[in-house]
Amino acid sequence: MPKQRDAAGREDGRGSQAWPEGLESRQDIRAAGMRSVLEVPRWWWPAVGALTAIVVLGVVAWMVQLSLGLGAAGYNNQAFWAVYEADLVTFIGVSYGGAVVSAILRLTDANWRAPLTRISEATALVTLPIGMAFIIPHLGSPWKIWELVWPPYWNTASPILWDFLAVSTYLLATAVFFYLPLIPDLAVGRAWLDPARTGLHIRACRRLYQVVGGRWDGSPHQRQLLHRAIGLMALMVIPMAVSVHSVLSFAFASSSRAGYLETILPVYFVVGALYTGVALVVVAVAACRRLWHLEAFINQRHFVRLGFILVAFAAVYFYLTFTEYLIDGYSGTVGNAAWVRQVIIGQYWIPFWFYVVGAGLLPLLLLAIPRTRTMRGVVVASSLVLVAMWVKRLVIVIPPVAEPLVRSPLAAGGALTGGWGTYHFTWIPIAITVAATAAIPLALLLLFRIVPILPIVEMEEMEELAAQTALSEVHAAPSLAPMPLDGAQVSASSASPATADPPGGGDLGPQRWSARRDIGGPPLGQRP
Amino acid sequence: MSQEQMDSPEPPAPASPAEPGGAAKLAAGAPGPDPQPRRISRRRFLGQAATTGAGVAAAGVLGNGLLQHSSVLAAGPKAGVASNPAKAAHQWAMVIDLRYCNGCKLCTSACQAAHALHPDQTWINVFTMRNAAGQSYFMPRPCMMCEDPACVPVCPVNANFRTAEGLTLVNQSRCIGTRICMNACPYQARYFNWKAPRSAPRQPFPQEPGWPVPQVEGTVGKCVFCAAMLPAGKLPECVSHCPMGALYLGDLETDVAVNGVGNTVKLSKFLADNDAVKFKEEYGTHPRVYYILGHGQDLDLDSGQA
Repeated sequence: MPKQRDAAGREDGRGSQAWPEGLESRQDIRAAGMRSVLEVPRWWWPAVGALTAIVVLGVVAWMVQLSLGLGAAGYNNQAFWAVYEADLVTFIGVSYGGAVVSAILRLTDANWRAPLTRISEATALVTLPIGMAFIIPHLGSPWKIWELVWPPYWNTASPILWDFLAVSTYLLATAVFFYLPLIPDLAVGRAWLDPARTGLHIRACRRLYQVVGGRWDGSPHQRQLLHRAIGLMALMVIPMAVSVHSVLSFAFASSSRAGYLETILPVYFVVGALYTGVALVVVAVAACRRLWHLEAFINQRHFVRLGFILVAFAAVYFYLTFTEYLIDGYSGTVGNAAWVRQVIIGQYWIPFWFYVVGAGLLPLLLLAIPRTRTMRGVVVASSLVLVAMWVKRLVIVIPPVAEPLVRSPLAAGGALTGGWGTYHFTWIPIAITVAATAAIPLALLLLFRIVPILPIVEMEEMEELAAQTALSEVHAAPSLAPMPLDGAQVSASSASPATADPPGGGDLGPQRWSARRDIGGPPLGQRP
Repeated sequence: MSQEQMDSPEPPAPASPAEPGGAAKLAAGAPGPDPQPRRISRRRFLGQAATTGAGVAAAGVLGNGLLQHSSVLAAGPKAGVASNPAKAAHQWAMVIDLRYCNGCKLCTSACQAAHALHPDQTWINVFTMRNAAGQSYFMPRPCMMCEDPACVPVCPVNANFRTAEGLTLVNQSRCIGTRICMNACPYQARYFNWKAPRSAPRQPFPQEPGWPVPQVEGTVGKCVFCAAMLPAGKLPECVSHCPMGALYLGDLETDVAVNGVGNTVKLSKFLADNDAVKFKEEYGTHPRVYYILGHGQDLDLDSGQA
């Protein structure tokens, strides 16, 4: 069966038997996947310009901070860690969405993930360097940052060194994990590029695709190798992701401060990162779906399923928060009790309860009520989660460092002699944080200008699986190997464009796809 | 410690290389040269030093060269904490007699003037505390010069180190300003340079970890016990400026402590007679600053469980 299909595929690039109704669908996937590369929507340049302006403003703010000193960012000796550290945790944390969607869902064979993987992996790839970049404003002497990569100076007992090493390793793994599934897509994309177009961008893309995907011919051997490599990376990315936020939490937990010295902290950080990672994937997928008209491939079901994952993490995170504050508050030791009191009813009560409502209760409610368990509901919940979790990171970072460590235990009501410090926001960290936020869509806009926004080949494989299952009631072992991925079509299309559909041409609208059996499998609530 | 040793950001090995005899004595767990301070605090430290020495001896290393090498490691920033106290001529400590502190904060101002610090950089900070009767008393807090400092091992680039004479110093030309040492210190004794330091022309000593004047913007600074002044036989600024004589500079090696109004005491006897305590001993940092209570303070000073 696969061989026949192979032969058919190689003949004209349109399998006839195995694609009973998928003839157009493959063209649809390719057209939609390459849309972000080939078309420049009207909003693209204004969006890129505006986002670039915001990023530049952030860089200017950082330069002002450099000239005035770190104190200009609102820091003081009793709030020596604050917004940049919260940003570091938040922006590295949101990169976990790629690991969840691509690695965990891949390993659990959740095939509905297919159209989301490229977007989520790209999000991970761009957020991680942005998060790492927060080391620079965080450092007091960023011009000495080279010492962190100078092994003779390394102190292997320091959690910060391991932060740096863990995040760097994870960045490498994320890049590889983004790159591997891209190889066949670029081979396909190269065939899809219209040879008649000779613009600089198209030529550059052709060259890039040649370099990256040029030797891909879709042979079963190549396929097998690639699947093995991706599977291995999926396995490796998960423990790496866990290590990154665990080690990040050690930087806080490796102290004697109430609120930092918590064994729960690594788990808390990892769960929080997964939580916000899924939230960012929801927002990014929704935006991409809207902007590049991927409605035919990404529908409400994807969002509701992501929403369920989101709710699971929301519940676990809420539970961890509850246990942490309950136990520390209950213990009654001077430092812990004072810290909990400060957070819950003291000077941090507004941000803390904002988290409870915004990232604790509302997402649970929005997903629990059927009326709001919609795409819009999930996107609203995710946006709330992203903002509220950033605020929660501030609540994690600031109160313990602002806590006085020299205190008079006998002072009335736990009033402490050292006095609680306070962090005061200035425009500089706000500008830098906003710039980093703007850098995410900016980087995605630029990235999707050169790589397909959909994982074309992976989606075709899922199609294949679905078609196989639909064709034969006998579940012929879903071998992933022998999907035709068109060395033949590559050569055919470059030889004579007439044999292949012109890019974006024809009447192959996404509507046809949507009329077909949805790749998400049976509707929610029904098991096959 | 000699001046050239203080000059180096990575202090070299103590001038006299370790003798096998000394190492063997440590390895055998023999008591230190002075039994009295042991009673107060050094027992555990010496025990650890003996363990380290035993490890070295067990490795069959008694040759001078390797012992010297190990002491380089011990004194250098790599190992940070494990300097060998038996080899240095002094082991600096401080005694703060809270019975005499009247909260005038002249120590703070003298320190800030000498080191050209900003007002918020209170390297010696005088806290106002409350005792059981509701009366206030004052508690100066310099750097505790811990034997197991929490700040040293957390630095990613080894900017903190501990000298052979027991002083924890910051190499500000190395420090990149992560501030994780400020997070680690249980005494809140570390201060960041949030803006450019005050200008400090005509300093008596060159700028080095023992005399970090002027401070370096974007790095962490802290009390250094005026390390550069000690070899010259001068008391630290805070000690010499305390009109009440509440601050004593002590030397565990020669067992002497001196305050700014001319009192000299035998350190071990002074501490024992007055039931000296240490601040936050439960954190395991083994500070070398001793407090003498007398105003009805809690013995724990800080634990909140009094």
